Amino acid sequence: MSSFLISAEPVSLDTLRAPLLLSSAGGYCSFEGWVRETNDGRAVSGLDYVSYLPLAQSEGERILAEAHARFAVSAVAALHRTGYLAIGDLAVWIGVSAPHRDAAFRACRFIIDEIKKRLPVWKKEHYLDGEAEWVACHHDHDHHDGHGDHGDEGMSRP
Amino acid sequence: MIRIDLEYFAQLRDEAGRPGERRETGAPTAAALYQELAAAYGFSLPAGRMRVAINAAFQPWDHPLKDGDTVVFIPPVTGG
Repeated sequence: MSSFLISAEPVSLDTLRAPLLLSSAGGYCSFEGWVRETNDGRAVSGLDYVSYLPLAQSEGERILAEAHARFAVSAVAALHRTGYLAIGDLAVWIGVSAPHRDAAFRACRFIIDEIKKRLPVWKKEHYLDGEAEWVACHHDHDHHDGHGDHGDEGMSRP
Repeated sequence: MIRIDLEYFAQLRDEAGRPGERRETGAPTAAALYQELAAAYGFSLPAGRMRVAINAAFQPWDHPLKDGDTVVFIPPVTGG
């Protein structure tokens, strides 16, 4: 099964995780992208996410179907929030269950990377100084590791 | 002339000053339509940095337009 959710409202992690709890699965891997307090050295107060909904829905479902085809997983699911999000809010969630852990980790990474490359979603950063700007693209130069953007794991806070 | 429905997102929406519009055009392709709109609104993004969706599906820039199509230019995405 596969489900890609684009939601203007928060969704509980239990609700997101429930469809992945299958008896065929021996493990589960998730990724959460959160709104970070700074970007490129500027203090951020929040983010507005806008999607082109019909295409974001179909492209999201396509990404999940590709993950299903490429990796030996039991189930995959994802959420992308839209609307105004504050620091610490969950912006994106990926969940994968699989018989074995390697496929779960790899599929989870694949899905977040493809979302960042392909999903028609745009974010506007609101700064503490009152300005707001659409975030410049962060993968124009075959640079797909997400540096300099929001909702990414492993970024050090200045 | 054909009628095209347009929706604008991100910086294109700011530059066009509207979320969308219905427009009559003689542009035969999405690429030609973007050139026409870029001249009208001063869009700063070159087409080469974007993709285009016609009727909610990605299409090549030289895809022919027909009356009633919905066209959305897709600026570089920044989700996640």
